[in-house]
Amino acid sequence: MRGLMEKGPILEVEKLNIRFNTPVGVVHAVRDVSFAMGREKLAIVGESGSGKSQTGRAILGLTPGKVTAEKLAFHGQTLIGLSEQQWRTIRGKRIAMVMQDPKYSLNPVMTIGEQLLEAAREIKEGAAARQHALGMLAAVRIRDPERVFRAWPHELSGGMGQRAMIAMMLMAEPELLIADEPTSALDVTVRLQVLAILDDLVKTRHMGLIFISHDLNLVRTFCDRVLVMYAGQVLEKLTASELAEARHPYTRGLLACPPEIDQRRARLPVLQRDPSWMEPVRP
Amino acid sequence: MTEIVTESAAQPMIEIRDLSISFGQGADRVDAVKNVSFTVAPGESYGLVGESGSGKSTILRALAGLNPFWSGHMAIAGQKLAAKRPRALRRLVQMVFQDPYGSLHPKHTVDHILSEPLAIHGVEDVETRVRAALDRVGLGPEFRFRYPHQLSGGQRQRVAIARALILEPKVVLLDEPTSALDVSIQAEVLNLLTDLRQQLGLTYVLVSHDLGVVAHMCARLSIMRTGEVVETASADDLSEGRLLHAYSRQLLIASRGYDPAAIAAFGDF
Repeated sequence: MRGLMEKGPILEVEKLNIRFNTPVGVVHAVRDVSFAMGREKLAIVGESGSGKSQTGRAILGLTPGKVTAEKLAFHGQTLIGLSEQQWRTIRGKRIAMVMQDPKYSLNPVMTIGEQLLEAAREIKEGAAARQHALGMLAAVRIRDPERVFRAWPHELSGGMGQRAMIAMMLMAEPELLIADEPTSALDVTVRLQVLAILDDLVKTRHMGLIFISHDLNLVRTFCDRVLVMYAGQVLEKLTASELAEARHPYTRGLLACPPEIDQRRARLPVLQRDPSWMEPVRP
Repeated sequence: MTEIVTESAAQPMIEIRDLSISFGQGADRVDAVKNVSFTVAPGESYGLVGESGSGKSTILRALAGLNPFWSGHMAIAGQKLAAKRPRALRRLVQMVFQDPYGSLHPKHTVDHILSEPLAIHGVEDVETRVRAALDRVGLGPEFRFRYPHQLSGGQRQRVAIARALILEPKVVLLDEPTSALDVSIQAEVLNLLTDLRQQLGLTYVLVSHDLGVVAHMCARLSIMRTGEVVETASADDLSEGRLLHAYSRQLLIASRGYDPAAIAAFGDF
């Protein structure tokens, strides 16, 4: 397997900034985000509009905004200013992305099998590609890969569609998978089953996983490390197991406000947003 | 299926007995709801939990009068429901939908959205009622002439709640009212719903896939799967883990976060 013996980070991000030119001025959506990651499960957590998805997209060169960074490197190779031809050797092959809703990210007028083969085309062909595709469907624990291979997206449940999507992204055996809210559209038990599949893949294929989520409580039990984002900045970096000792009032607020089954409260605590959270974070 | 008998002889606000709903015919027939029964006392908040396709929203839509094709017995405030309902009865039951982006007309101002139910029901005093409705959900008068795209998700859901309350209903049906919102905004909306129920003496039926939300909002709940109620429990049963059915227990474990060992043991239901 490629890169198994490599040491050092897979991905290095230093002072990543993303700006959007809008009719009402420049929106600075991501501000000075820095992190490095290895073959681990890294979570980027925040509310809608915090810049977490844009950060994930910038790594793949998929944000429509203007990206600047002191460093944005994948195995030491810069990802800034690549030509489309250079991107094609990385995007979908070495870094892949799973989006939130399989209903929109699968092509509705192609069968699952055709879509899988399309993803495999540059790696394998013919019967070998088909075998590879069926193997990937089995790897994401689809019990009847032949049936799903022939199925149309609308014939699959949400959980099944998302598994097929993950299988498709894994066809090229990427070294880094960016998953943007991959389980938010799924039922709780299916969600956990899909997470277990991702967890296995990180372990057995030595993949890095960036898990973008709004659900701190899920991330706490699933990921290794957590970046907490607010208004485009990383406010706090934590080991997932130490999330309970988070210092920042925003992180503490996010952890406290979901209703809990075991600890019922008459009223839920509400986040008191402090304008100082918007100010540049000291490194 | 076990039915909890409500203690007093007082008339229940909602009574559902042997409710069945099916779609399609012949080989395509889907029994979406099968012989479901439960009662909700006045001022109570009752939860329906289950995964997609369990029939929970289908029950809510039938109760709201959005699907006349059901069989069994349903009554609200002692009035038996039929396929066609008198206008006064419709007014008693209002609904808040899941998606605050889809449930508000994009080309109508908040004022238009809130005054439409009043016009339909021939209620006078529109101006005062619209102002009061906004105030009740914590939105200032400056929101009155805005369009939905100028509002955040949480503000939109507040408008949807204001619209549901403007006809002074007795029963409010909540279909995943916070699942599209960030957790911090969810806390604000759930607190608002708690306050409104106390202030206005409302009866809620809350549909959710989130056991935490249901345990927080409802003292009693039914856990549903493929159209059937597998178990009826109290919020205390949930927090103390007193669930009888294997499916409900699995749902409870799943809502506690990621645990590979527990997930490996999940059964297929």
